[in-house]
Amino acid sequence: MTLLSATFHRCGYGPVNVLSDVSVSIDEGEAVVVLGANGAGKTTLLRALSGMIPFVGSMTFGGATRSKTTPDAMVRAGMAHVPQGRGTITNLSVEDNLRVGAYTRRDREVAADIDRWYEMFPRLGERRTQQAGSMSGGEQQMLAIARAFMSRPSLVLLDEPSLGLAPLVTREVFDRVAELVSGTGTAVLVVEQNANLALKFATRGYVLESGEVVTQGTAAELQADTSIREAYLGGPTEATS
Amino acid sequence: MSAFFQYCVIGLSNGAVYAMVAMSLVIIYRATGLLNFAQGETSLIATFVVWEAHDRGLPLPLALIIGMIAGFLLGAVLQRVAVQPAGDPATAPLQLVIVTIGLLLVLNNTAGLIWGNESKVFDPMFGPSSVNVGGVTIAAQQIGTVAVLLVEALALVAVFRFTKIGLAMRSVASNAEASGLSGIPVARILVISWGIAGGIGAIAGTFAAPNLGMDATLFLKILVLSFAAMTIGGFDSLLGAIVGGLVVGLITDVLPRYVDWLKEMPLAPAVLLILAVLLVRPQGLFGSKQVRRV
Repeated sequence: MTLLSATFHRCGYGPVNVLSDVSVSIDEGEAVVVLGANGAGKTTLLRALSGMIPFVGSMTFGGATRSKTTPDAMVRAGMAHVPQGRGTITNLSVEDNLRVGAYTRRDREVAADIDRWYEMFPRLGERRTQQAGSMSGGEQQMLAIARAFMSRPSLVLLDEPSLGLAPLVTREVFDRVAELVSGTGTAVLVVEQNANLALKFATRGYVLESGEVVTQGTAAELQADTSIREAYLGGPTEATS
Repeated sequence: MSAFFQYCVIGLSNGAVYAMVAMSLVIIYRATGLLNFAQGETSLIATFVVWEAHDRGLPLPLALIIGMIAGFLLGAVLQRVAVQPAGDPATAPLQLVIVTIGLLLVLNNTAGLIWGNESKVFDPMFGPSSVNVGGVTIAAQQIGTVAVLLVEALALVAVFRFTKIGLAMRSVASNAEASGLSGIPVARILVISWGIAGGIGAIAGTFAAPNLGMDATLFLKILVLSFAAMTIGGFDSLLGAIVGGLVVGLITDVLPRYVDWLKEMPLAPAVLLILAVLLVRPQGLFGSKQVRRV
């Protein structure tokens, strides 16, 4: 079942247009990656999807049309967005961060959900009363992701979760998100510079260039694509082996 | 010696009023990162509503509640109609400060237009009685003012700590973007923050007016001293606002009694104290150190 489908003809910041021709669609429970160089429009795409900036085009999410929307409305509709680098609310405690994530929920299982996150990530449990800003970069990124999942979304947008993290930590973050995707059935759209890692994690991908989708396909197709190998995967050498 | 303590009592009860206004300034600063010059005049109009309701026969506590509701609505409407459209405090802080200064003038003139310029009698909520403790006279109103300050502070802390709206306010203050992406309606939270600040403005006025006289200039002096209190306490700390308010009250009421040249310039000690604090401890006594990402 298609969860999200969006076509943007025009989207940007004031007079500066960033996206000129981008169509994406995501099925329920699917893990999709967006590749592209700096300035290709990856972050802008996520911002348009989550209602942070207006766009010209069309979007349907969860069976309803969303032409003019706001971030809090999109969260209520089931979309959570972990922004680049600044996903944690640093002055709040770890526990308050998770409670903020559940802000739109009206059910009584919030406390139980928070406990489940502490079981899954004991580090967060140990630091539940500490200021989130005092944790390491990897722990903060995991907290930001946990906060996004606290809203029980059907789609999570992840903007460069690897930014500023050591390779080993990045791999762990991706492993955890992969577990979450298979465990909860939540779809994920991830923007990532580390294409090797992202294509192992995702089943499908889009390649953005100057605000347009230039290539799309399954992860295997993209991995086999010579031009993509050259641009994002460190050269064509392995292609011949 | 008893004269000294007498001055201290006066200073503390005046300081409690500065602390109340400083707390409302802190709430707005934490929410929107903005120094609200119109906060005093928002409080002025809320206080005039209290006076009006009391003048028409309502008991003072009930009149105060009506004034707080009026202050809440006024603060909320100002934020929504005048401040929010004027831009983002992160990118246009100067424009927004000018907007609040404009609001100061508009609100002050509006108050003068509605309620006239002659000073009105404002009854003390805790009556005219007083007790004598070792030669120091303490009015029931002075004890009441400090007690109300403490109750108000505890109530605010409870709202911030234990309610969902308080969680949202703290979250927006720390990271508005991530808060919005977590489903918090940021714009509405800012409106509510200004509303709360306006509402507690009525309390400050209700306890300042019996002493200073109920007229349109009531908050002009109070606001300067409350800014001093806010600076001393640290711009973003409620506890700091309380301590700062009491310190400013003590200094401005006690020092001029002993230092002759200060009698002519009673605000000078507060200004000197601000300078000293900013030099030694720029984040104030209780403020959080600002970590700026470049």
